[in-house]
Amino acid sequence: MAIIDLAAAEGAARAATEGPAATHGTLAQGGKQEASSDFPPFDPANFAPQLVWLALIFGVLYALMARIALPRVASILSDRESAIETDLLASRELQAKAQSAAAENDATLRATKARAQAIGRAAQQQASAEAEARRVALDAQFSARLKAADAQIAAAKAQALAHVEDIAQDAAGSILQKLTGKPADPRALAAALGALKS
Amino acid sequence: MNPTEQFELTRLAPIHLFGVDASFTNAAAFMLLAALGVVALMMLATAPRALVPGRGQALAEALYEFVASTVRSTAGAEGMRFFPFVFTLFAFLLIANLIGLVPYTFSVTSQIVVTFAFAAFVISTVVLYGFWRHGFRFLKLFLPSGVPAPVLLILAPIEIISFLSRPVSLSVRLFANMLAGHITLQVFGGFVLVLTGGGIWAILAPIPLFATVAMFALELLVACLQAFVFAVLTCVYLNDAIHPGH
Repeated sequence: MAIIDLAAAEGAARAATEGPAATHGTLAQGGKQEASSDFPPFDPANFAPQLVWLALIFGVLYALMARIALPRVASILSDRESAIETDLLASRELQAKAQSAAAENDATLRATKARAQAIGRAAQQQASAEAEARRVALDAQFSARLKAADAQIAAAKAQALAHVEDIAQDAAGSILQKLTGKPADPRALAAALGALKS
Repeated sequence: MNPTEQFELTRLAPIHLFGVDASFTNAAAFMLLAALGVVALMMLATAPRALVPGRGQALAEALYEFVASTVRSTAGAEGMRFFPFVFTLFAFLLIANLIGLVPYTFSVTSQIVVTFAFAAFVISTVVLYGFWRHGFRFLKLFLPSGVPAPVLLILAPIEIISFLSRPVSLSVRLFANMLAGHITLQVFGGFVLVLTGGGIWAILAPIPLFATVAMFALELLVACLQAFVFAVLTCVYLNDAIHPGH
């Protein structure tokens, strides 16, 4: 409070020394309102200039805001909203398109796979059928050859057995010749062999 | 060290029109500065009309949407016709309050004549719009519906007094807040100087210094809050003009 009192006293002193024409502080026109100038916001002499300029400046500011600035901001905001809206719509559309494409792709893939499997199965069946046919043919061939071989063996055996009689007759003849010293009668040998055999 | 020195008007260019003192004062200079600040924020920063906003434009958009939502929620959709006025009022008061916090500046809103001019303008707008929009049904504002007649005898005068006190409370609230804040800052700052020059007492000088810093933070809040309160109350009063039946 001392500071304020001091300032007030100082102001009063200055007003007293400089007289009514002093350009002190708030007042251009001297000391008659000096008492109220201690607190400038309550000094009526300060009202008019502030009101005039406030009306002027605020009026112009209001006009600028109402006519230019606020419509501009509003249009910026609505533009952004619509841009976001359209972008969202487009992206949704693209997403739907991508999903349908993916579904189509899946379907194609499935069909192709099924076809590939069918082809594979058919090829496998054909291959196994061919193999079976060849096996059957080879089997037949082998059994035919086996039969021929068997026949050959049997023929050879029969032939060999037929020769055995002759050999036995020859051997018996030569044994008799060695024992008797004269050639044996082939007819008697054959008869004797016939008798042995029966 | 006069704490009221910061509220003094200096006539930078004395002008007299039709016997009215229309001098260009420091107050007018800072009104102009505040208005230019609003113009810079709302017009220069939004000039690019960028789809992806820069800092300035984002701030301008945020301010716009903030005030728009405040007006819409307190005064309804019809209140949006007053949106440009409320927005200009809020932006001007906010920037003026904030500029006033810079040392060596002048606080436009610490002058009762300025805040009262705004308050009087708001209330006259409310009254004029109320009568224009609703005729004499606007007076239902003072007769709350669903109240028995005997109570109305007491209630109506109270309503009228409260309505009449609105311009006073609206203007004094802002004025007193700004004035008191600035004086407090000045006094605390003065303590720092006095203590620093007081020999051994200089040890205590940091205490009011810290108090000044804390007060400044509070004043920053008050500057924003009081501009907002003024704008919200304006919306509330306009809402009365739009919907007078309670």
